[in-house]
Amino acid sequence: MLLINCPFCGAREEHEFHYGGQAHITRPADPEQVDDKAWADYLYYRKNTLGLQAERWQHSFGCGQWFNALRCSQTHQFKAVYKMGDDAPEGLS
Amino acid sequence: MSHANNRLTQGGLIDRQQTINFSFNDKPYTGVAGDTLASALMANGVDLIGRSFKLHRPRGIMSAGVEECSAYVQVGNGARHTTNVSATQIEIYEGLNSRSIHCWPSVEHDVGAMVGAFSRLLPSGFYYKTFMWPAKFWNIYEHAIRGSAGLGKAPEVEDADTYEYRYDHFDLVIVGSGPAGLMAARQAAPSGARILLVEQDFKFGGSLLADTAKIDGQTPLQWVEQSLTELQQFANVTLLPRTTLTGYYDGNFLTALERVTDHLAENVRRRGIARERLWKIRAKQVILATGSIERPLVFGNNDRPGVMLASGARSYINRFGVKPGQKAVLFTNNDTAYQSAIELQQKGVTVAAIVDVRQAPPKALRQQASNHNIPLISGSVVHNVLGKKRVTAVEVAGLSAQNTLTSEQQQIQCDLVIQSGGWTPTVHLFSQAGGKLLYDEAQLCLRPDPASIPQELQSVGACNGHFSLTDALREGAEAAHQALLEAGFQSTQANWPEADESSSCIPQALWRVPVRKQGTKRFVDLHNDVSSSDVELANREGYRSVEHLKRYTATGMGPDQGRTSNINALAILAEEQNSTIPAVGTTRFRPPYTPLSFGAVAGRQVGEFFQVRRKTSLYETHQQAGAVFEPAGLWLRPDYYPLAGENREQAVLRECRAVRQGVGIFDGSSLGKLDIQGPDSLKLLNMLYANGWNTLKPGACRYGVMLKEDGFIFDDGVTACLGENHYHMTTTTGNAETVYSWVEEWLQCEWSDWDVYVTPVTTQWAAVSIAGPNARELLQQVGTDIDLSTEAFAHMQFREGTVAEIPARVFRISFTGEHSYEINVPSSYAPALWNALIKAGANLGIQPFGLEAIHRLRAEKGYIAVGLETDGTVTPFDLGMSWAVGKKKADFLGKRALSLPELTRSGRRQLVGLLTDEPAYVIPEGAQIRLESAGQTRSQGHVSSSYMSATLGRSMAMALLENGLERLGEKVTLHIDGKTVTAQVTKPLFYDEDGGLLNA
Repeated sequence: MLLINCPFCGAREEHEFHYGGQAHITRPADPEQVDDKAWADYLYYRKNTLGLQAERWQHSFGCGQWFNALRCSQTHQFKAVYKMGDDAPEGLS
Repeated sequence: MSHANNRLTQGGLIDRQQTINFSFNDKPYTGVAGDTLASALMANGVDLIGRSFKLHRPRGIMSAGVEECSAYVQVGNGARHTTNVSATQIEIYEGLNSRSIHCWPSVEHDVGAMVGAFSRLLPSGFYYKTFMWPAKFWNIYEHAIRGSAGLGKAPEVEDADTYEYRYDHFDLVIVGSGPAGLMAARQAAPSGARILLVEQDFKFGGSLLADTAKIDGQTPLQWVEQSLTELQQFANVTLLPRTTLTGYYDGNFLTALERVTDHLAENVRRRGIARERLWKIRAKQVILATGSIERPLVFGNNDRPGVMLASGARSYINRFGVKPGQKAVLFTNNDTAYQSAIELQQKGVTVAAIVDVRQAPPKALRQQASNHNIPLISGSVVHNVLGKKRVTAVEVAGLSAQNTLTSEQQQIQCDLVIQSGGWTPTVHLFSQAGGKLLYDEAQLCLRPDPASIPQELQSVGACNGHFSLTDALREGAEAAHQALLEAGFQSTQANWPEADESSSCIPQALWRVPVRKQGTKRFVDLHNDVSSSDVELANREGYRSVEHLKRYTATGMGPDQGRTSNINALAILAEEQNSTIPAVGTTRFRPPYTPLSFGAVAGRQVGEFFQVRRKTSLYETHQQAGAVFEPAGLWLRPDYYPLAGENREQAVLRECRAVRQGVGIFDGSSLGKLDIQGPDSLKLLNMLYANGWNTLKPGACRYGVMLKEDGFIFDDGVTACLGENHYHMTTTTGNAETVYSWVEEWLQCEWSDWDVYVTPVTTQWAAVSIAGPNARELLQQVGTDIDLSTEAFAHMQFREGTVAEIPARVFRISFTGEHSYEINVPSSYAPALWNALIKAGANLGIQPFGLEAIHRLRAEKGYIAVGLETDGTVTPFDLGMSWAVGKKKADFLGKRALSLPELTRSGRRQLVGLLTDEPAYVIPEGAQIRLESAGQTRSQGHVSSSYMSATLGRSMAMALLENGLERLGEKVTLHIDGKTVTAQVTKPLFYDEDGGLLNA
């Protein structure tokens, strides 16, 4: 079970969290200008990264806050957590 | 009853004065304190413990520990019944009752054993191959197969015991209390770090309990005693015996199963004390000192009772003071087992011969054998075992350089075969933790790859592939030193004592001993009855991957998890493919290391604690009214309120009539409620709902449909405007939490700059609905300061005031189609409000109504129920609710998807009503509407809601039907349990079409 460092509360057990999938997916500003394929990509297509990936988590049974994390999909290790809206820290692998 | 007595008169870690009575297969026996069930049975001369899984071959005791793959039994009966436990791990207690598994009518005379005679007909994959066809006979085959296979008998009554969890944090967890584990604990203890030492056995010491080599001039037992005495001085050290570390997960999260009461006589097990405790541990550092397991050799009839691991025999003779036989033959391919043979000989077991695969065993060993008058037959193998229910002799032959049997052969009478094929490090936890294994060509084993340490852990001693006592002590001390530094503690230099043993384990590979006679069974996995020929067959049939081999033959499955068989199976597979073990690979070990009881996994979450039950503040009020409750999500809600002598149907029909003719009262408190405030509230509502909100004025309510971004309906409900920038949103009961998190997700992740706050207030407000032609009269009578005239308070309006002198928010909304008010009051006022309404409504025919009635009433009106009419693939257009979609709105969640081709194509299922030709027949919900064309049958729709209607005096249904909106008036056919049902397609609206009642 993962030990996740909530940026607001500190390290907490995985079962307090809710996984929110790939991070940094922005909703198109004007959906009507987006073609069907692009909209389907936004709705359904996600990366399946082997290695470091940016993902969203919510501390749902804690402070309720969403945040971003960089985690390795191979070792499950968290390399960084950062606030929603911030860019992923660089230089990590 | 007299039994053979194999107990030595002295020696061992047992107390001969303390006798313990137990039974096996209904026969009484006596053991002594310190015995396992296996050692006690062996002392009593019981050879035959059970029958094998598939072939029903007689099976005895194979080992003295967790690696046991043969002696599985069931223990206890009735409410304390455990099956598939190995006799080698059961600590005996007064009154223990145990039985064989896999045999009928008895282990001695087993009918299933005749299967063994036809074993050639039961190769791997037999069941898949034979019972595939014809499919409809499977239920007949299955009955017979389940009866003859399977493992033990499942308990038939509820477990009498309780179980519990314990959560803890440690700086250092040490797994295993053999030389490496104890040494690590001694090194670490003075640091003050919180240390946990777990040992699966009931005695600490691991391999030292059966060892004879000196440590620091002491006997192994003296050193263990000294270590424990020392460790017990430290308050920071927890010693946990009878505890198996079963799982190693991410983040150094460990689970350990502590067997708390299994070793106690049933009459002293105290009520309230959990039988098992599942520890959930977070460790800063872990030291794995889990030792190693001796590997059997694969030779003819190597499963006969009396064939066992050399280490097992050594354990029985040294630890339990039991002779495992009278006359033994050792069969080995390495040095380590010689010591076992010598010690057996010293304790009175005649060792008839040592058969060593190697042409030239080391001189020192040859000398030792000769010193103890044990004949050594080198360059030879035991290729067959004679005897059925007990070994009677072995057939020995020379082994050529090409690994074939030579003509040099002999038969040796014996009743015990002890064997050693080398040692397998217990790497399960390392592998579970994510570590990779590497193959050690010299020692013929898989051991942890030092380049792939997955977490904050270290493997030490035998489980690290370093088998000597000296190595174990050194690595234990060094690892503890390292772990303390990593965990931020002080540690003095690592220190360890000298041991006078440094045996090497360099076996000569011989993965399959040749057989003289074709078809002689050589077992790889005794537990699952997998022989070498099964592995060969699987490979020939294309199950070449290790993972496929495992699943096809069942090798390595079951309670013993292949602890003795995995390497042999891999090696044979590699040989068959002219490949190597590293090339064929290995399966990854998964938790749990040893079986966990369901009880331990469930802990306290059983019975009424199995699931959280939510109750509204009116729960007791409903109970007093005689309600029958129904779980709705986590909530317990009244389904109906039967009067004396009424069944469910009668009660529900009466409740429906009461609403349509007088007035009904309903508890809607579980409805989700969100309080929305802030300047951007309106913007938020406009994005969340498909319809528009700009024109909603304070004091007004509006129904809305909420979509996911994929355009499908997610939730619906009524939202009221309480004031400027202040709204009260309601959701369905089941989605209350989901909608709240959905809104929060958007606000935090996408619209973080919006100035709006959402607060869940579901349980702050109780909601009591009154519905029916007399609803207004009732509200008047119970007393309110709100003007109830239609002009002042129309349908879909909201007013604040008092009702029965209670401050209330009153919503004139309806889910029944009747004139209706939903009265929200602070939760604690709900019983007072309810009782006042019941009292005031007595002369108006008031009746409480439950979930079933409200469902029928809303279906008469064609109101959808999220989760029935929707299933995550339904758009508002499919439900004929285009009126609820704000097509002129610039944007809302789900808008763009509504124009995707899939969502706009023709042929989508659309909501219709169905009226059966037979009015009394109620179609089951979920029934498929069939379409037959060109000899093909397929579903063209399904029934989403279906009820008997009190109002219509007949049945009615709602259905999702392909192009349904264009097919009104058509007849459709359903086939239900062999019955053909025809129904007419109608509009999904059966009552008060123009809504006159609502607006009156």
